Amino acid sequence: MRSDLEMIDEWVQPNIRVLDLACGPGELLHHLIQNKQVKGYGLEIGPDDLNTCIEKGIPVLEQNIDEGLQNFDDQSFDLVLMTHALQQFRRPDLLIDEMLRIGKECIITFPNFGHWRSRLHLALKGRMPVSDFLPYNWYDTPNIHFFTFQDFERLCREKDIKILRWAAVDGQLKDHWWIRSMPNLFSETAIFHISR
Amino acid sequence: MPDVIPADSVGIVTPQIAQFDTPLALSCGQTLSSYQLIYETYGTLNQSASNAILICHALSGDHHAAGYHAMSDTKPGWWDTAIGPGKAIDTDKFFVIALNNLGGCCGSTGPTSINPETGQRWEASFPIVTVEDWVESQARLADLLGIQTFAAIVGGSLGGMQVLEWSIRFPTRLKSAVIVASAPKLSTQNIAFNEVARQSIRRDPDFFDGNYIDNDSVPTNGLGLARMLGHITYLSDDAMGAKFGRQMRHDSYQYNYGIEFEVESYLRYQGEAFTKRFDANTYMLMTKALDYFDPASQTNGDLSAVLSRAQCEFLLVSFTTDWRFSPERSEEIVNALVKAGKQVSYAKIEAAEGHDAFLFPIPRYMAVLNTFLSRVANSLTTEVK
Repeated sequence: MRSDLEMIDEWVQPNIRVLDLACGPGELLHHLIQNKQVKGYGLEIGPDDLNTCIEKGIPVLEQNIDEGLQNFDDQSFDLVLMTHALQQFRRPDLLIDEMLRIGKECIITFPNFGHWRSRLHLALKGRMPVSDFLPYNWYDTPNIHFFTFQDFERLCREKDIKILRWAAVDGQLKDHWWIRSMPNLFSETAIFHISR
Repeated sequence: MPDVIPADSVGIVTPQIAQFDTPLALSCGQTLSSYQLIYETYGTLNQSASNAILICHALSGDHHAAGYHAMSDTKPGWWDTAIGPGKAIDTDKFFVIALNNLGGCCGSTGPTSINPETGQRWEASFPIVTVEDWVESQARLADLLGIQTFAAIVGGSLGGMQVLEWSIRFPTRLKSAVIVASAPKLSTQNIAFNEVARQSIRRDPDFFDGNYIDNDSVPTNGLGLARMLGHITYLSDDAMGAKFGRQMRHDSYQYNYGIEFEVESYLRYQGEAFTKRFDANTYMLMTKALDYFDPASQTNGDLSAVLSRAQCEFLLVSFTTDWRFSPERSEEIVNALVKAGKQVSYAKIEAAEGHDAFLFPIPRYMAVLNTFLSRVANSLTTEVK
């Protein structure tokens, strides 16, 4: 069993330029800077998360991603990351285009709404799922787009985006053979490594 | 007046004067054969002289950044909210140096000083100095104080421009750069504001082409007007509105040109108070230093190319309602640093105070500054071990 961070770590080459969108307290970026000697920057707007990054010495820039990423040049990063945030932005499809414009490759993780428990919750209770992993009510959730593992795959196909590799993990961010066999049903978090 | 010195104050401080007799070649082509810089220090320099922080002041600042000169002082130094024991710029950890820049009017050589070659006051003949000249003179002060490398150099507004210049000119002499509410060069609008300020001084009949002291005169009207204009641009519309609104002096309109609205009274007071503490020639010179600063001009306008020389770590801070040095201007520096692959963090602080916010102890601003500098302090102790 490997965690999502371990898997991403394996996919990242050392000494590259990394941009982490919505980096939060910078856990992944810190790990990559320490272990892969990447030149990394995080974007974040949460004051506490920003301060945590500054405390750890992780370069972090206060920038609202929904207002655009035009300040970053084409292909100016080797890798653009976004973990557990794509569902919170206004236009995920346009954001993915932007990420692939700025970065040669992207790694995106997101909560898979196709997980069997979400399906069961909606099917049996007739109400929007609230779980440990998506602990919000429909009216106060920052997650404004719900999509599944398959939805993301389909969007990549429509946009001619190459899926270099993918992984699927459970709520503890660990992978198992049964998740790998039916990711749309069993994964709580999907991880995609994509490029143009 | 402080009845007792607050526990988080650096206390009573005494300015010191450094005399320099090595000629300083200025950007304008002239040379200053000798000059003085007045400065204050707070905290203690450690054995390896690695814990020094230099504070660069803005347009109307001086060397008195923290503490009191006497128990009878009505106010502490201009950045007392940020400098002191346990404060964001912690004098328990750092040795802090604040100076009055060359061309100033608070004790460093400037237009009101005597020109040793003529025995007369410099006044209008004092050469125009630039940000580059200031940084050069600050480096000489650092040499004199035995500081090879600063732990940090910190400045807001025009002070931030000096910090930026330090990072380019002396890349190995600072570990970190803190640039607050600044810009890589002035916008056209900013140059225009400066020109109106200068013209209001120059057109004052009491200005005497800059030789007003010789003529026993002070261009108070012009300098006061320049300050009034400046003051408006340092505040946000919201901050002014919240402070004064349309609050009136009388119950009804007087239909004359006396003071009707409180904001008029405030501006007149600010303008007049300024003329009592500041020299008009220095004010004009400082605005020119702002106008001329443009480090990217060395690299055909490519800011990231000139910043590629920098080796320090950067913290940039801007304020949401600052329109004189808007967040976008700080972001120009941030973007250039990212492009050049430099270590940089950036915080855009929600603040109502406009450009003046950089002098206010806004909790999040102070927290960011403190967090950044604490890590700088920790990295110093790790190195010693």
